[in-house]
Amino acid sequence: MKELWNLFVTFAKIGGFTFGGGYAMLPVLQREIVENKHWATEEELMDYYAIGQCTPGIIAINTATFIGCKYQGIIGGIIATLGCIAPSLVIITIIAAFLQNFASFPVVQHALNGICVCVTVLIFNAVIRLGRKSLFRKEKPNPLAVSIAVFVFAAALFTDISTVFLIIISGIICVAIRKMGEAKA
Amino acid sequence: MKLLISLFFEFFKTGLFAIGGGLATLPFLYEMSEKTGWFTVNDIANLVAVSESTPGPMGVNMATYVGYTTSGIIGSLIGPLGLVTPSIVIIIIVSKILKRFKDSKITQYAFEGLRAASTALIAYAGCSVAKLALFDTECYQRSKQLQDLFSFKGIILAFIIFACIKWQPIEKLRKHITGKENRKTLHPIIYIFVSAIVGITFQF
Repeated sequence: MKELWNLFVTFAKIGGFTFGGGYAMLPVLQREIVENKHWATEEELMDYYAIGQCTPGIIAINTATFIGCKYQGIIGGIIATLGCIAPSLVIITIIAAFLQNFASFPVVQHALNGICVCVTVLIFNAVIRLGRKSLFRKEKPNPLAVSIAVFVFAAALFTDISTVFLIIISGIICVAIRKMGEAKA
Repeated sequence: MKLLISLFFEFFKTGLFAIGGGLATLPFLYEMSEKTGWFTVNDIANLVAVSESTPGPMGVNMATYVGYTTSGIIGSLIGPLGLVTPSIVIIIIVSKILKRFKDSKITQYAFEGLRAASTALIAYAGCSVAKLALFDTECYQRSKQLQDLFSFKGIILAFIIFACIKWQPIEKLRKHITGKENRKTLHPIIYIFVSAIVGITFQF
């Protein structure tokens, strides 16, 4: 019971302090889930993100369910998700009821623009951390992973190929090349 | 009651078929507006603005807002619950399957590729946010002056935050004052909070 409450509160904190959802959540997740609570490793968090991006539903919720499920089973998955959406429910209901023009207040706009800058830096910081794990193996760059990452980044930047397809194809290519390498060896 | 059921069902459908970030739910909102008339297409713009300017996942924020406007507080519960139900079910199943095949070679190879792709996509998302935060493309298009392209306040703040994360001057100062070794670095939430205040003070 205590674990479930802990799970709920942690995810409520994450849901209540991330702006934009999904990707913006990553730096706070790294801190809370990986460093503070040790509910998942950095690699697992990355796996959850990867899967969360190509399964139905929004990324933030998928990731929350994954982590909760790993830590406390099915009920954990449900609790983590409820925790993650609880702040939204309260805040949005209040705004919808009393402050319909909330988004047009200058003070809100200025605060958001500041937050936006901060989130940019936090995301890039998170990417550097992830890259150290996902693109390197035993301290050396992993050529296959680096080429996949470059290819996916370029495809996302210059084409309209869906991210779902990019992720799935990356997994398939990686399995195929590694299998071929095994067959040769 | 019938309204609540169709509210749940509409967002259940969105949660089942929208894949990716919160903005992936947008096309479904347009369809919903046409089909049900719960809100107009013009309301969607305000909906997105509010969802972006409040904490929490955008999709959940939008579902709550729509839920409240259609049927009050109960609706603001039912909408998001409908949205997250498919996620919960699917992820629990995926998570069970994953547990079983975690140690297989093929899974590990697949994840090697998935992790690399995921890193690249997060970097791409970071670039999209950076474009909003550090550049002022609108102003540039109007004036065609290169100095208008950059939003200097944003770039300065970004550099300060980066320096604080990288060289940890605040953590060092704290250690100096308290004399205690504290290995924890500043929480990202603190950076977000301070940036909001800086944004208000300096009119970002």
